[in-house]
This record gives sequence, structure tokens and C-alpha cells, in this order.
Amino acid sequence: MKKRYLLLALIVLSAASLFVGVSSISPLDLLDFQSEETQIFLISRLPRLVAILLAGAGMSIAGLIMQQLSRNKFVSPTTAGTLDATRLGILVSMLLFANATMLEKMAVAFVFALAGTFVFMQILDRIKFKDAIFIPLVGLMFGNILSSVTTFFAYRADVIQNMSAWLQGDFSMIMKGRYELLYISIPILIIAYFYANRFTVAGMGEDFSKNLGLAYRRVVNFGLILVALVTTTVVLTVGIIPFLGLIIPNIISIFKGDHLQKTLPHTALLGAIFLLVCDILGRVLIYPYEISISLMVGVIGSGIFLYLLFRRKAYA
Amino acid sequence: MIQVRALSKLYGKKSVVEDVTVDIQPRKITSFIGPNGAGKSTLLSMVSRLLDSDTGEVLIDKADVKKMKSNDFAKKVSILKQSNYMNVRLTIRELVSFGRFPYSKGRLTEEDVRIVDQSLEYMHLTDMQDSFLDELSGGQRQRAFIAMVIAQDTEYILLDEPLNNLDMKHSVQIMKILRRLVDELGKTVVIVLHDINFASVYSDRIVAMKDGKVVKDGPTEEIIESAALKEIYDMDIPIQKMDGCRICVYFSS
Repeated sequence: MKKRYLLLALIVLSAASLFVGVSSISPLDLLDFQSEETQIFLISRLPRLVAILLAGAGMSIAGLIMQQLSRNKFVSPTTAGTLDATRLGILVSMLLFANATMLEKMAVAFVFALAGTFVFMQILDRIKFKDAIFIPLVGLMFGNILSSVTTFFAYRADVIQNMSAWLQGDFSMIMKGRYELLYISIPILIIAYFYANRFTVAGMGEDFSKNLGLAYRRVVNFGLILVALVTTTVVLTVGIIPFLGLIIPNIISIFKGDHLQKTLPHTALLGAIFLLVCDILGRVLIYPYEISISLMVGVIGSGIFLYLLFRRKAYA
Repeated sequence: MIQVRALSKLYGKKSVVEDVTVDIQPRKITSFIGPNGAGKSTLLSMVSRLLDSDTGEVLIDKADVKKMKSNDFAKKVSILKQSNYMNVRLTIRELVSFGRFPYSKGRLTEEDVRIVDQSLEYMHLTDMQDSFLDELSGGQRQRAFIAMVIAQDTEYILLDEPLNNLDMKHSVQIMKILRRLVDELGKTVVIVLHDINFASVYSDRIVAMKDGKVVKDGPTEEIIESAALKEIYDMDIPIQKMDGCRICVYFSS
């Protein structure tokens, strides 16, 4: 899996994504800056593409960091309660501040995402029975508990309708002015790259890290903060995209190993490509309607997840 | 020199290591032996700072280990624990390169690359340096870990049961390498061993522990001796001398 091919695929798919949609736009239309097509292109298509790329890369990297730090290949924001904690945070921000601004929602949701992830890591520390498949199950249960709390309060406060926007990941609502929060992912990806070696060492365990003079706890906590930040921005702008952070890092790991400095770029690229493919399929399959991204990723992703589970069993 | 002074560790009310004072001589192999639960691994963990001691202190070259910076400590002392359970898919070369982490934080300099090459060469791993760790046998993996420790280039190397799960051939191979590290590179090696015959044949000094205390401490020939072994293991163990080695024949005692 060469970086060159991934980049090529990404460019081709990006171009395709820009020109697929209900109103047909051809590249020639863009020559006229005043045309309606150019406006749609700039207000809707381009933001959509940028959002997909950033969300895809961001969620995959978040998953990669979580898997490394928890030393479990089946841990990701989906299977560790991070996504559910984020949603609970968004609900709380909506209930606390009547007309919460994006930044207020972001801050509260971030605190919840971080707290949720920390609680999961604490549970992980206490589990004696470290079976590879048992741990994500615990995470899923934990996430479901959080989720039911969210649903309960959302129901009481009559904001279920409102909340469901964050339940289902959806790129059709992405427009200029509604996705810019995602740009936070860019500096986070860069920071993650600079911390890649530390994350790799931390992934070899606490004793191992201490032997190499690494401040283990600090690196783990820092990594979890990055994960919570990315997850929050993605859930707030796009909604929940399940499985992405789980399957992409696993696929790259099979081919390239776990040396993060080498695999981070691949993981980010493949994440973006995978999300683009799902998005384009979702837009084309029932044209002119659209299948939401979380459904597309959920169906394809759970299939791949099952495959990875069985593959793991065969090799264990 | 490593000086352990009145070191203790409690788990709840039970003391696992109790008031241990022992000196570890430089440029020697010192083996820690003793029955299960004697506190050998706990002691090693405290010396290497993986575990905090409750009382007492550890001095390395007269400096208190608790006051040393993590990074400086990592350039002076390395430790390999008995279970290197690793979920991380790295190649041998990548793992060994991380031995240079305390020096370069992963951005390898030319000198780092040279040292990594040498370490691989030293452990005869050059040919298979690009294999992933999870594709290796137990003996190969253990060699890869030791190569990493060699790349870490510390004066003191602590190993907690490095022969665990290894067959005879690989055990001998590892012990010979440790011997060479001391004789050729002037390292100080401290190992926890279960097999007293390996301890007898390869170490310069032996420290015997029992119930958290040091019961014997001295040159190998003073410890591998029926009376001393009786005190340590509560067994009558005859000693046979073969080719200059003292072999404990404990199988039928």
C-alpha cells in the first residue's frame, strides 16, 4: 500500500466527489465566477469535500492513537464510549445554554468526550481479563449506558429531534459557515505526527516506556486529549461516523505495522479515501436522494469489522 | 556500582522485599536466585524505578535513582521484564531503533543508525531485521529485545527471567551473549534466574533471596555449595564438578 497510490486515489475521488450531485456542475461552468453553478460549487460542494477529507483523516487518526495507547486493536471512539460521551456533552450544552454557540457546545462536548474516554481507560486498567474482544465489548456497554442517559434527558427536555442530528452522521447539511470547526483537525494531525514516536513507545506498555525514559502517563493523557478534540469537532459538524476509527488503522497495521511515524500518513489518507467512497456511493445509489454517511459507513464498516474479527481469531 | 540500601516494599501489610542491602559489582554478571515469591523481581523493578520503594534507597554510581531525570536514567540503566507481551507490530529494526529513543527521541542521527546496525549485527539479526516481531519465535524475539537494550547502550542491564519460555539452545545462546556483553563491552548485567545451573555456569556473583530478604551474597563458588543451597531452598543438593563448572544435581534430592 504505497502512499503514492493512496494519494492518486484520493485526488481522483475528490474530483469525482466535486462533480456528483443533484445539480449538475461541469468543470467548464466554474470558469464563470458569477454563475449559479459556481456558487453551488463554492457554498456546498467544496465545503462538503473538505469536511469529508478532514473528518475521514481525523477519525482514523483518533482511532489509531486510541488503539496504540490502549494496546488493543479493537478500541476506537466507537467502541470506547467516546462518541456517546460527546453526544451527552452536546445535550448538556443544549440544556444549559438555551442558544449555545458552536464554541460553547464544543467546549462542553469536549469536556464530556475527554471524561468519557478517561473513564474507559480507568475501567481498562482495572480489568484483569485482558481479552482482545472482551475490552471493546465493555466499551460498547459503557457507551450504551451513556447513550441511554442522553436519550432519557433528551426525551424529558423534548429535544430528541434536535439530538438526532448528531446521532446520524450526514454530509448533506455541510455548507459554507457550518463546517469550519473541522479545521481544528489539521493542527491536531500535525501534532500527532510529531508525537508519533512517543505514542508508539507508549503502545509498548508502561514498563517499556519507563525503561526508555518516556513520561508514560503524560503521553497517554496528551493522546487522549487529541482524540477527544477530534471526535468532538467531527460529531458537532458532521455527526457520528461509526467504525471509521476502528477499521482504517487495522487495515494499515496489517500491511505496514504499527510504527506510527510511518503509518500515520497512510492511515489519514485511507480514512479520507474510505469516507469519500462511502459518501459518493451514498449519493449515487438512490439518486437523486441520499443515503446518510453513518448508514453507509455503518454497513460497509461493520462488514469489514466482522472480517477483521474472524481474521484475528484465525491468526491468534 | 549499584548500591541497594535498606530497601523495602509492602503490598498491603505483607512485605515482599524487606530491608534489603546489597552491592552489585560493576562489570560482572550478578544473578538473583531463590524460590518463587522471594521478591527478586520486585527488587529488580525497584532498582530500575519501575516500582517505587516504600523505604530505603538505591544508589547508582553514588546518585540516588529517585532524583535522576527519567531520560538520564534511561541512558544509564535498562530493564527487560519477563513478559514482553507486545501487541505492537514492529519490525526488529524498528524495535531496536527505539533503543536510541532516550538519545534522539526517534529522529535518528547517523551515529544512532550506526549503533542500531552494530546491535543487530551483535545479535545476528541483520538478515531478518525487517521481519515483524509477531512473526518470530520466542528465542528470536528475546534476541530482538536484547538487541534493543544493547542499542540503548546503558552501563547497567537488568533482565527479569530472560530465559523464560526458551528452549535449551536459545537459553545457552542468550547466556553466552550476556557473558560477551560483560567481557567484551564492559557492561554490568543483573539477571533474575530460575535455573540455578545457568546461574552457576555463567555468573560471577550470586545473590540468593528468600521471603523478601537476602540470605546469601557472594562469588558463585561460595553460593553453589550444598550447605548454602540447603539454607536457600531447603533441599539437599549435591554438587558435581564437570569441566570446571559446578552443576547442582537437584532432580532427585
